[in-house]
Amino acid sequence: MQAFTTLEGFAAPLDRANVDTDQIIPKQYLKSIKRTGFGDYLFDAWRFTDPGRMGMTPNERSLNREFVLNQPEYQGASVLLARDNFGCGSSREHAVWALQEYGFRAVIAPSFADIFFGNCFKNGVLPIALDAAIVDELFSQVADGLELCIDLAAQTVTVLGSEKVFEFTVDPALKQKMLSGMDDIDLTLAESALIEHFETGHRERQPWLFRD
Amino acid sequence: MAQTLYDKIWQAHYVGQRADGNSLLYIDLQLLHEVTSPQAFEGLQLARRPLWRVNANLATPDHNVPTTDRDKGFSGITDEIALEQVLTLDENCKKFGVEQFEINDPRQGIVHVVGPEQGATLPGMTIVCGDSHTSTHGALAALAQGIGTSEVEHVMATQCLVQNKAKNFAINVSGRLVPGVTAKDLVLAIIGLLGTAGATGHTIEYRGEAIRALSMEARMTLCNMAIEAGARAGLVAVDDTTIDYVAGRPFAPKGDQWDRAVAYWRTLVSDEDAVFDQTLDLDASQIAPQVTWGTSPEMVSGVDQQVPDPDAMSDAVQAESARLALDYMDLQPKQAITDIKLDRIFIGSCTNARIEDLRSAAAVIRGGHVADNIKQALVVPGSGLVKAQAEKEGLAQIFMDAGFEWRAAGCSMCLGMNPDQLGEGEHCASTSNRNFEGRQGYGGRTHLVSPAMAAAAAVAGHFVDVREFG
Repeated sequence: MQAFTTLEGFAAPLDRANVDTDQIIPKQYLKSIKRTGFGDYLFDAWRFTDPGRMGMTPNERSLNREFVLNQPEYQGASVLLARDNFGCGSSREHAVWALQEYGFRAVIAPSFADIFFGNCFKNGVLPIALDAAIVDELFSQVADGLELCIDLAAQTVTVLGSEKVFEFTVDPALKQKMLSGMDDIDLTLAESALIEHFETGHRERQPWLFRD
Repeated sequence: MAQTLYDKIWQAHYVGQRADGNSLLYIDLQLLHEVTSPQAFEGLQLARRPLWRVNANLATPDHNVPTTDRDKGFSGITDEIALEQVLTLDENCKKFGVEQFEINDPRQGIVHVVGPEQGATLPGMTIVCGDSHTSTHGALAALAQGIGTSEVEHVMATQCLVQNKAKNFAINVSGRLVPGVTAKDLVLAIIGLLGTAGATGHTIEYRGEAIRALSMEARMTLCNMAIEAGARAGLVAVDDTTIDYVAGRPFAPKGDQWDRAVAYWRTLVSDEDAVFDQTLDLDASQIAPQVTWGTSPEMVSGVDQQVPDPDAMSDAVQAESARLALDYMDLQPKQAITDIKLDRIFIGSCTNARIEDLRSAAAVIRGGHVADNIKQALVVPGSGLVKAQAEKEGLAQIFMDAGFEWRAAGCSMCLGMNPDQLGEGEHCASTSNRNFEGRQGYGGRTHLVSPAMAAAAAVAGHFVDVREFG
């Protein structure tokens, strides 16, 4: 996994609550058996005015010029500024893969849906929950260019060009994992003896759970 | 200390902490389907890792499979990309030795219908699947959660999930549902009250007189949509209904093992003085049949109500969401719900495609016929076994005589990954779980309802109150 330590970049706004993973990456692209190739279809039904198919390139599509991410000032943004309950709905990790491939390394919102939140930490994309009032403030500044510096170790979001620094909370264990970028499975397999010990006891307590 | 049902299952599966401080939860069963498993299997192969415990996995293709031409097996799949995905599941299962109900196995079906039906889902289990509606299995007092593909791979390789414990949310439902009102209406009403993020970070336990009176299938409908209230898992405590349901199923324990299991399962209830972090109390008898009018499951009203007026909403973000939703749905503020004209009907999905759902829909039809303005009315059973049962009971004939199309099992139009999709602008009365923009097809407009409400709407051509129908 790609580690996340610090990120300097500018933000793009998506001013809608309850953005679901069906919007982030629609179903027709989930037929892929790969982990890559989703960035071109991020927010597909909002970015384009025509229905898309797997394999189409953005050049073949009809761009929705009114959609915020298509506006020139937000090209190259690496932080997505969003509203409450971002990433709700389907568990599809393709949503995080699409955001990452498009160029987003962090999402700032007042709240996130649980499964999406967890999926972000598996891919080096940092979801940052800030108070709704702070998110409102950031939304009000984003049109003038909102350059941010995110420091995971310090747990801060700094608005560059101002003295504003916002602190955020993050689970210490998840933070450690993101900073190291270490493979999650390796970290767990390092505890194989612990798992085997548990499994032996579990099998004695509930033998009907084991068909082997 | 007094424990909730969730606390008990968590404790019984808590392995310990990794060196980096993350907690490990042991997983008893992983259900696999074609959409969210290929990248996980690929990851295992690249790292040359085996499955930790092969028999803890069970697979079936469901999302992509067509609901017609099933006798042709794989060659019935005309979409080449979908075919590759279904074939990849098949190859991976064979390579790794995972038990699979293949595309033309009579036991194939929607993974969340198949698990309980086979007795693969057992009380007290921890279950995961790369699908958010895994919460369905909580009806059997199993801690069942949807996970992402990286987690699928992690569970394959380690039999554990890296997870922090969630909080406890009690939803206490007193009274009884009135005739014509179902578990689907109850859960939609709950989501309407809580909002789609109302239970984020929590495991819901549905409790109370109304829940005890529900069948297992109705409890599955209820737990299925826990995720639509933000909860990763929903639970219902074990009682006689649970034990009776599991008894005799193919994967269920037998003989002495059964007796021992039942004795343990009886303990899978929250202690009387257990403390919940949050509670919601409601009275089942006050709930009307529900219909969603917007693009999020929380945008829901009783069928006897009107589409709300965004201008009358006090919360600015909520009002803006409602405006966007009404624009997408092409509905007017204050329009009567019963005036919403429909184009298609979908009875199916992991929410409502079990035999009881089909019985309830068929009972409403009673010799009626699908209205002329309905372009298509689909019934897609949740599994091959549900399909066979419905055919044996004569339900399939009732549907076909009424002008419904009777299809083979799969996820179908719930998410339109297979050819069953809505056309642009079409309104659908759907027994599925999500009314998100484009969910059932590009530009499609979904209204979530119960099977009985969908059947009544098919005959009327628009929404009607099933309590007064026929």
